Amino acid sequence: MLTLDHVGKTYPNGVRALDNITLAVAPAEIVAIVGGSGCGKSTLLRAISGLDTPSRGRVLLDGEQVTRPHEKIGMIFQEPRLLPWLTVADNVGFGLEHRPRDEREALTAAALVRVGLSDKAEAWPRELSGGQAQRVAIARALVPQPEVLLLDEPFSALDAFTRADLQDHLLDLWADLRPTLVLVTHDVDEAVVLADRIMVMRPQPGRLYEEIASELPRPRDRQSAAFDFVKRRVLAALDRSLAKPVTVDDTRTTSSQGAALWW
Amino acid sequence: MRTGVKGVRALTQFFAPTSHPSPHSQALVGEGRRVAFRGSVMSLVRMTATGEPATAEPKHRKLTLARFTRPALGLLLPLVLAAGWEAAVHFHLGNGRLVPPPSVIYSTFAELAATGELQRHALATLARVAAGFGLGVAAGTVLGALTGYSSFMFRLLDPTLQALRAIPSIAWIPLFILWLGIFETSKVVLIAVGVFFPVYLGVTGAVASVDRKIVEVGRLFRLSGVAMVRRILLPAVLPSYVIALRSGLGLGWMFVVAAEFMGASEGLGFLLVDGQQLGKPAQIVAAIVAFAVIGKLTDWLIVLVTAPFLRWEDRVRTSTVED
Repeated sequence: MLTLDHVGKTYPNGVRALDNITLAVAPAEIVAIVGGSGCGKSTLLRAISGLDTPSRGRVLLDGEQVTRPHEKIGMIFQEPRLLPWLTVADNVGFGLEHRPRDEREALTAAALVRVGLSDKAEAWPRELSGGQAQRVAIARALVPQPEVLLLDEPFSALDAFTRADLQDHLLDLWADLRPTLVLVTHDVDEAVVLADRIMVMRPQPGRLYEEIASELPRPRDRQSAAFDFVKRRVLAALDRSLAKPVTVDDTRTTSSQGAALWW
Repeated sequence: MRTGVKGVRALTQFFAPTSHPSPHSQALVGEGRRVAFRGSVMSLVRMTATGEPATAEPKHRKLTLARFTRPALGLLLPLVLAAGWEAAVHFHLGNGRLVPPPSVIYSTFAELAATGELQRHALATLARVAAGFGLGVAAGTVLGALTGYSSFMFRLLDPTLQALRAIPSIAWIPLFILWLGIFETSKVVLIAVGVFFPVYLGVTGAVASVDRKIVEVGRLFRLSGVAMVRRILLPAVLPSYVIALRSGLGLGWMFVVAAEFMGASEGLGFLLVDGQQLGKPAQIVAAIVAFAVIGKLTDWLIVLVTAPFLRWEDRVRTSTVED
């Protein structure tokens, strides 16, 4: 159980990046955090990871306060951040240094099979495509079997095909390992296709503005009317969060666009 | 839609890169001109240490005739000049006393080698360079790491070191002789001063520019301070460090000549001065050739020793420098 208890973050220059964020994420739940740029969503994720410490409030994992990187919390960034001097296999096994060698190798090999890159075990990171590198990053984060996996716009640097592919892939891995996922994204489709719950944040100071539950059955059809409905609700909430006139009609259960694809 | 996505997955795998030239052959190709392009290579190496994967794939280099004839073209001019001079002296168009023809240089070289003179002088010089290089590298590495790691140390030390760097190091010679005497100590210290600055600059820059994003990966996996240095910082700075060592060694060879000019009874620099004073130009050229050979060999030694640790480097980028 991941709990944020009145978390706030004020930078030394006085900018209030986060204000009074309280959130409980159940085990194996997938929560997406969306919001306009500069709304503090990455700051929030970094506070949960322990890379940054909040200036107020607490981050708790199973009742234990997180003040620095925690072995049960993994993180994936927008860039793969692979270590260029290690082979793919050594990158995946990076967090297993303290384990016996044969156990490390077995876990690494299994993880590479899982992400479909066994044949790249001895390759250097520079030899991978963007999608492959991000898969290695996912494998590296999952190998220590974290309870919570944080994803900071993990697929935003990838092309649309690879992104959809990796989203499905992430869901497969999640179905097997059941970690809690907290995902920061500015891609509403991504939030709707992955998350059980979508939190919309509002900037200056960063606050949780609206919560949208998405109980669509998995696997989710990106073209279905129900998908479109949730997506419209998120888009409307985003407009409201930025104090813009709402341009998206979120009251209709089907949109013309969704209907067209439905026929 | 699911089937559609599966199709996409197959597509992306189809387009995934599969073949790469061996890192070894690329290493051979990239080597020759890297020293000449030191500055640009340095910045390229930094780029490779940031963890950004290269999406462009290296073109496979074929063993074509052109690959050997292109460098061979550069040999044409010196060979023609040498042969021309040899012929000119042979046919008494020039006397070759001040500018000895290649055959005379070769026989002088062979003679010096046969008597063991050459080896004695070369070893003396090599020992001085080794001692000075060792000292300079040690000091440059320690101070470079300190100033690169801590911005306080950088603000404290770097202005002074940069001011010292602005002094032409040869200007220290009279002072070093007064302080340290005419014998080995002053020579070794002068060489160490020459080696120090490129190593210091390289290390401080490399340490300061280690990618924060990569360091965060280390933090996420809760590396201790020692483990962070060993598993993240050292490998990240190694490419720049090797280049700094090579620049340092180059300056070491430069300064050993200056050091031996200021009074030595043996060493390749002594052969130069001796050749000038006794009017033996062939001996001077032979000593110069020895410098060239030994300098290149020691540089190659650094490359050879460090190559296994740098196989991960993106050689595609270095080969763009080469072309």
